[in-house]
Amino acid sequence: MLNLCIPCDSLARAVGADLVAEALVQEAARRQVPLTIKRTSARGMYWLEPLVELESSEGRLGFGPVMPEDVPGLLDALATNPDAHPLALGPVEAIPYLHTQQRLLFARAGITRPLSLDDYHANGGFEGLRKAALLSADEVVSAVLDSGLRGRGGAAFPAGIKWRTVRQAQATQKYVVCNADEGDSGTFADRMLMEGDPFLLIEGMIIAGLAVGASHGYIYVRSEYPDAVRVLNEAILLAREAGYLDVAGNGLAFHLEVRVGAGAYICGEETALLESLEGKRGIVRAKPPLPALEGLFGLPTLVHNVLTLASVPVIMARGAAFYRDFGMGRSLGTLPFQLAGNVRHAGLVERAFGLTLRELVEGYGGGTASGRPVKAAQVGGPLGAWVPPAQFDTPLDYEAFAALGAMLGHGGVVVADDSLNMASMARFALQFCAEESCGKCTPCRIGSTRGVEVVDKLIASTDPAYRQSQAGLLRDLCDTMQYGSLCAMGGMTAYPVSSALKHFPADFGLATTEAAQ
Amino acid sequence: MPDELNHLPLIQRVLAREKANPGALLPILHAIQAGAGYIPDSAIAEIAHALNLSLAEVHGVISFYHDFRTTPPARHTLRLCRAESCQSRGAEALAAQLREQLGLDDHGTCADGSVSLRPVYCLGACACSPALELDGQVHARLTPERLQALVQSCREEVKAC
Repeated sequence: MLNLCIPCDSLARAVGADLVAEALVQEAARRQVPLTIKRTSARGMYWLEPLVELESSEGRLGFGPVMPEDVPGLLDALATNPDAHPLALGPVEAIPYLHTQQRLLFARAGITRPLSLDDYHANGGFEGLRKAALLSADEVVSAVLDSGLRGRGGAAFPAGIKWRTVRQAQATQKYVVCNADEGDSGTFADRMLMEGDPFLLIEGMIIAGLAVGASHGYIYVRSEYPDAVRVLNEAILLAREAGYLDVAGNGLAFHLEVRVGAGAYICGEETALLESLEGKRGIVRAKPPLPALEGLFGLPTLVHNVLTLASVPVIMARGAAFYRDFGMGRSLGTLPFQLAGNVRHAGLVERAFGLTLRELVEGYGGGTASGRPVKAAQVGGPLGAWVPPAQFDTPLDYEAFAALGAMLGHGGVVVADDSLNMASMARFALQFCAEESCGKCTPCRIGSTRGVEVVDKLIASTDPAYRQSQAGLLRDLCDTMQYGSLCAMGGMTAYPVSSALKHFPADFGLATTEAAQ
Repeated sequence: MPDELNHLPLIQRVLAREKANPGALLPILHAIQAGAGYIPDSAIAEIAHALNLSLAEVHGVISFYHDFRTTPPARHTLRLCRAESCQSRGAEALAAQLREQLGLDDHGTCADGSVSLRPVYCLGACACSPALELDGQVHARLTPERLQALVQSCREEVKAC
C-alpha cells in the first residue's frame, strides 16, 4: 500500500496539485497498485509544489515539483527505489529550509488535513483552550501580556494591552474580530493558516472571547481567498458540532461567523474593516475612540490579525515564558516571514525575530529566481520600504526596521532583481494608493494623485534642474502624506516612494548626490 | 427592464434570510451577485426598504467596493495580478500581452461578451508569481504561452456556440 500526501492548499492547486493527485489515482488504478492520498495543508516550500510525500518508516519522503507527466515514472520509483527518482528530496522534515525553522504557528503545516479534528487533536490542537479554560479570564489576559505578543498585522501594538482594555470595558455585548483581509501583496501566511489549519484560528478566537468577555466573533476574509472562506465555514460547523463553540469552560456560548470582503484594500485597516462589517462603505474612522472601547456597532471590540489570534493557543499551551524566549529586544516570539517575488525558494519561513534580512533572502531564498543580482527587497507589503542589499544585515525586528525608515509589517518580503525599475514601483505605490484610498483625508486622497503626476513629470523631463525640483516636491509630498494622513494607508505609502527615491535615484534620472540631500 | 424583474424572487429570498443579521448589507449584495451575476438596479430599492436605508446609502456601498457589478458579467472574468511580487516576475509584460491579444484596456470586456479583464492586487499566490484568477480558479507560475492558451480557451467556446 502506498500512502501519499498532497497539499490541498490553493496555491499548490494553482500549480497543478489536483492534476497530479488525479493522475496518481488513475495510474495506480491502471496498474492495480493500492494507493491512498491524504490531502494535507502545505509545508510552505512553494518552489517544490506540487509536492508529493510518501509515508514511510523513515518519516515522509518528498518528491517535487511533480507534474502529471512525471506520475508513471514516480510510481515506478515508489515501487522499487524511491530515493533514486530524480525528483526525490529525501525525508521532508530534514530539508534544511524546513528543518532550520522554528514553527510554532505553522507546527502542523503540511502534516495535518485542514478539516480533520482528529488530526488537529493528535497534533496538540485545543491544548491551549483546555489550559485557558482552567484559568480565570484575568490570568489569560496576563499570560498574553507576559508573552510579549504584539499585533502581527503590521502595527505591532502589544496584544495584551488591547486584551486588558477590552476586558475592563463595561458593556452588555463585546466582539472579537479577526482581520483576515490579507490585502498586502507579497503576504500569504494568513491564507495558508486559514486554508491549512483553520481550527487554530478558531481556538485562538474562542480563547480571546473567553478572556475579554465577548460572545460573538467575526472573521472578515478578503474575497480573493474563496478557499479560505470555504474551509473556515466548514471548520466552524465541525467545531460547533464537536461542542467547542457552545460551552467553553464557563458556559459562554461563542457565536462565530465568517464575513467576506468585497475587494477594497482599505478594509484591512481596522476601523474601515469595522465599518464594512457594519454594512457600510469602508471609510476609516478617526481614533479615538479606540475600537477596544467603541468598535463594532459602537461596542468594545478586540480586533486582531489572523497570526496574532493564532499565536494565542501556543502561548496558553506552552506558557508565556516559552513564547517570549523566542525573539529579540521587544520583538518576541516567532514571525512567519513570507518570501515572494523574484526569489528561487519562495515560501513561508517561520523564525524567531532577529535573523537578518540577508539570511532570509540569500539563505532561505537562495537569491533571485532569474539569477540576476538582487536589487532590493520590499519588506512589509505594498506600504513597506524598498530595502537595498547594503542594508540586508539588519535584523528582522520591529525596532531595527523602524530605525531604517522601514517596517516589518506582516512579514512579507518581495525580492526584485536589477531589471525592476524603482521609479515605476514608486509610481505604482502612489497609483495604488489613489485607487484604494477611502477618500476621507486629504493627504491620502489628493496626495496620491498629485504624487503620480509628480513622478510622471520627473521621469519625462530631460532638464536636471527641473528633475531636482520635482524630486524635492515628491519628498515634501511624502512627508505630508506620512505625517498628515488619517491612517497607515496614506501615511505609509510614503515608505516605498521615499525609499525608492533615496536608494535608487538613478531610476528617477537623478544623480546620486541629489538624492542624498 | 423585464429581465431584471426575473431576479426579484432571488432578491426577496436573500433579504428574507439575511435582513435581520446585524450589518447584513455586504452578505446580501454578495448573495444577490452570486445568484444573478450582478446587482440589478431593481435590487437597490428592495434592499433599501428591507434594511431601512436610503437608496443613496445602498448605492454608495455598491459603488465603493470593486467586487460589486451593476451590469451582467462576461462569460469569463480574467483577473491578472498586478501587485509587486507578480510585477517582479513579469506581470506587466503579461498585461501588455493581454491588452494586445484581446484589443482591450485593463478593465475592458470583449465585444462578443466572452472575456472581461480586471486587474487584481494580490491573490496570495506570491510564492509562485506571476498569477491570475480565471473564473475563480487561480493559475500560478504563468508564462506567456500559458496565458495565451488560457485566453484562447475562453474565446474558442464563443466560436463553437
